[in-house]
Amino acid sequence: MRTKQAFITGVAILAAITMTSAVPGGGTVSGKVTYEGTPAKQKPIDMSKEPSCAKQYATPPPTETVVTGPNNALENVVVYISTGAPDEPPPSQPAVFTQKGCRYIPHVLALQVNQPLQVLNEDQTSHNIHPLAKINREWNKSQPPGTPPIVDKYDKMEFIPVKCNVHPWMHGTFAVLKNSHYSISSADGGFSLPDLPPGKYTVTAYHESYGDQSQEVTIAGSETKSVNFVFKAKPY
Amino acid sequence: MGKLFAVVLVIIALASAYPIVTHMYVMPEDISTHGHQIDEQLSDTMAEAGISFLLAQFVLAFFVWTFAERKVGVKLKNFPGGAKVMVAAAFILVGTEVLALGVFGQRAWANVYFTPPRPDALQVQAQAGQFAFYFRYPGVDGRFGAIHPDKIDEGNQNYFGLDPANEIESRDDIVSAELAIPVNREIHMMMHAKDVGHSFYVRELRIQQDFVPGLDLSVHFTATKTGRFEIVCTQLCGLGHYNMKAYLNVMAQDDFEKWLKQKASEL
Repeated sequence: MRTKQAFITGVAILAAITMTSAVPGGGTVSGKVTYEGTPAKQKPIDMSKEPSCAKQYATPPPTETVVTGPNNALENVVVYISTGAPDEPPPSQPAVFTQKGCRYIPHVLALQVNQPLQVLNEDQTSHNIHPLAKINREWNKSQPPGTPPIVDKYDKMEFIPVKCNVHPWMHGTFAVLKNSHYSISSADGGFSLPDLPPGKYTVTAYHESYGDQSQEVTIAGSETKSVNFVFKAKPY
Repeated sequence: MGKLFAVVLVIIALASAYPIVTHMYVMPEDISTHGHQIDEQLSDTMAEAGISFLLAQFVLAFFVWTFAERKVGVKLKNFPGGAKVMVAAAFILVGTEVLALGVFGQRAWANVYFTPPRPDALQVQAQAGQFAFYFRYPGVDGRFGAIHPDKIDEGNQNYFGLDPANEIESRDDIVSAELAIPVNREIHMMMHAKDVGHSFYVRELRIQQDFVPGLDLSVHFTATKTGRFEIVCTQLCGLGHYNMKAYLNVMAQDDFEKWLKQKASEL
């Protein structure tokens, strides 16, 4: 009797997941992230202490804490569904974070709760990756050149600043999210969250320097709703 | 066998003196105004310690040679006055040597540490943190902005924890990963550590000074030759210690001013 009950509950949960998660042909939330005001200048990074990295650049690469584009576009903003969408099981393919030229690529890595995280070192120098997790377990690991990827995962939602304990200028962000409905704003500030089943959602935009903001949106059918975010930029 | 040992002793002593007497390993180039005093002090110390070392080895070899075989029926003589007098003599001898080194060396030391920098010396601040050095120049206003450790934001190149939003003095402060200085001008470098102990060492400058957490230390020096020299951390500070270095860039006055302008334009 108990087995039968468990079986039925299992099937019901499965059905619920398939019904509410990404459905191709569902609605889409898309838009642009911009800033108003004066953002901080992107300053050139002096990597002279690490010649193997410095020589990979003709001109020093700029800092990436605030990356802007033409028409006030704001890049590297994580736009995701914070409420309204159910939690989803993690995809099996890993989210890859690469250390190359003493920078993190991508600067902002979005991944799902319990999705495998792979950290690669493509440099000729040792790195020590240190995600400053507060809700998840904090760790830091050294990775000499030529060593296999570091594999880990995070089991709670969190925005985690990442730094390298050897190269102080290296900074990035892990965005650990509960579902697959996320997008990172591109160079023109654009983002798109496709395949949303009908329903009421809270869309949240997170920027590592400017914090987060949210908007409510209701999707009915296969429409495309436009949502724009404007962050207040500060020069310092 | 005992006589062979005495001969080997003399050979080892002479062989170890050879590279020093012939200057097989030369000191790196000296690019500072005070460096020659340090070098003289080092060479005096080496000469004094070297002569004492050789003498001690020769005396030892002599005794080994003389008393290698126990002569039957010959009574051994003691050191005049016994062990107490011998120990006292050793104390006086070594004490005089150490004291003499101190007396002669104090001038070189005082020149670096007990003499204040000239009032018009160029002010530079050095910060050591795991595992990099950063340097700060006061900018056109000639004043350093205050340091707020909670404002440190390394991803945004705010290594010192400045607060330019609220403090005007901070806005023109130039922060650099290399120590650029003009040639033939005295530099007054104020030093602090962000985390643990580190050390600032430039061989060619003949300067080695620890950073101590919680202490504001300073050194002053004048570089006399232009060029690029390595600054290394010489205090074991953690896993990245081997990789903790920066560059000292000694420039002509004009080039230094151009460099400052270039840095100011990046702010």
